[in-house]
Amino acid sequence: MEQKATNAALAVSNLSVFFGANEVLKSVSIDISPRAVTAIIGPSGCGKSTFLRALNRMHELNPEARMTGEIRLFGDDIYAREIQPVIVRRRVGMVFQKSNPFPTMTIYENVTVGLRLNGVRDKKILIERAEQSLRMAALWDEVKDRLHAPAISLSGGQQQRLCIARALAVQPEVLLMDEPASALDPLATSKIEDLILELKKNYTIVIVTHNMQQAARASDFTAFFYLGELVEFGPTKKIFTSPSQKRTEDYVTGRFG
Amino acid sequence: MTAPNHQWREFKNTLMQVVTLVCAFLVVTPLVLVFYHLIRLGFTSINLAFFTQLPRAVGETGGGMANAIAGTFILLGQAAALGVPVGVLGGVFLSEYGWKNINSFLRFAADIMNGVPSIVWGLVVYSLVVVPMHGFSALAGGIVLGLMMIPLVMRTTEEVLHLVPGGYREAALALGISKWRTILLIVVRTALKGIVTGVLLALARVAGETAPLLFTAFGNRFWAHKLNEPIAALPLQIFNYAISPYDDWHRQAWAGALVLLFLVLFINISVRFLTREKWKR
Repeated sequence: MEQKATNAALAVSNLSVFFGANEVLKSVSIDISPRAVTAIIGPSGCGKSTFLRALNRMHELNPEARMTGEIRLFGDDIYAREIQPVIVRRRVGMVFQKSNPFPTMTIYENVTVGLRLNGVRDKKILIERAEQSLRMAALWDEVKDRLHAPAISLSGGQQQRLCIARALAVQPEVLLMDEPASALDPLATSKIEDLILELKKNYTIVIVTHNMQQAARASDFTAFFYLGELVEFGPTKKIFTSPSQKRTEDYVTGRFG
Repeated sequence: MTAPNHQWREFKNTLMQVVTLVCAFLVVTPLVLVFYHLIRLGFTSINLAFFTQLPRAVGETGGGMANAIAGTFILLGQAAALGVPVGVLGGVFLSEYGWKNINSFLRFAADIMNGVPSIVWGLVVYSLVVVPMHGFSALAGGIVLGLMMIPLVMRTTEEVLHLVPGGYREAALALGISKWRTILLIVVRTALKGIVTGVLLALARVAGETAPLLFTAFGNRFWAHKLNEPIAALPLQIFNYAISPYDDWHRQAWAGALVLLFLVLFINISVRFLTREKWKR
């Protein structure tokens, strides 16, 4: 892969995404810092989920999707012709809004599924990586005695942390989170937020959220999207206290959106 | 509206309730009649010999349908070997790959195939398999039942795969798992119970087919040792015995019908057992 000197984990330049004739992202450029949490905020339909999914080529599941521009992951062009989406997704993991542990599998099988289906057979590595990932997802103590229970026997918050552990087990470099706590109660939400703060020591995290307080509490940088455009991007503190754009101020203070 | 009308309305309401209730029970009446009749007439002829012995020579009483019972299982095994892989993989294509135009064409074709009279299937396989092979055969019987299973299995597989939430596909793909592994090991595995249910129902459906076997498996009063020989099957044996002039054969036909009914019933009960909710949430 072609290397380019940059200290960004993800360097996005002039990214536009189209679904059919509809341009849902308009020439977005943004540098995502490594080992930090970047929050993406904006009203529904502003393109923030599409932006997130473009970062690991998940938007390509929609056969109508098309993109222009460039995204570099630690210097590597993830849309280069010879790069398979499968390879990108192993380096850029994703956690979804609705927790989706595989219902036919146990807790252990869920955590290790990414490794097993990518060819890891060594039981020792699997067990080791399962414990490590569950610890990182702050779930180990709650499930260590029932690793072989069905995953769907867990509570909603535990299921979401299991999904995080599952994403971590394949050792991605970046973790994308699409409203990971919006379906959870406040207690489970605060657990996920604590977890995000812990994870950023080792991972680059990009999180889409509808919750302003969550963005303010958990992120280092915030990007505000509106109607497919990146309106403002900067340190979270600045975005929430002294934004330079009127639209940003109106949104973060709850005047619209 | 005032009081006098009220009573008339109540009466109409009750009347409709009674009519629909009676119709609902009329639906199950034939089932009760079938069971009553088969058990009354068939049960007394069921004994060990029925399951272990070959048919006796014409005019002799006794003997059994061991070869027909085994033949039915052999035919179903062949039908499954043909119908399950083709049907399931076809259903996977419709649900997971596929393009709009091709899919609607395939669905339409499968629905037409499900409506083709079974005797027509028999004639088709007669000209495609029996004629070139110069003889009736177990193989031809298995092929005709397998062909009849394919559209059934394909449509039910497609339907149960559609019920698997898209979130599981996304979760697997986001882990860097390739598409075919996601389909096979996540999507198909999640829907496995439903697929097995569809296969069993298709088997139950073809287990009782008689007409297509008349031109293919043909029937055999002895054991078939090779797949290129004619083979006996329960529905064929029931048909042949039922139209015969002998009382003992009539009794055995009833017994055969009872065994066939229980086989189909057993498959259906297995389906109920499989589809029972295990982890209710």
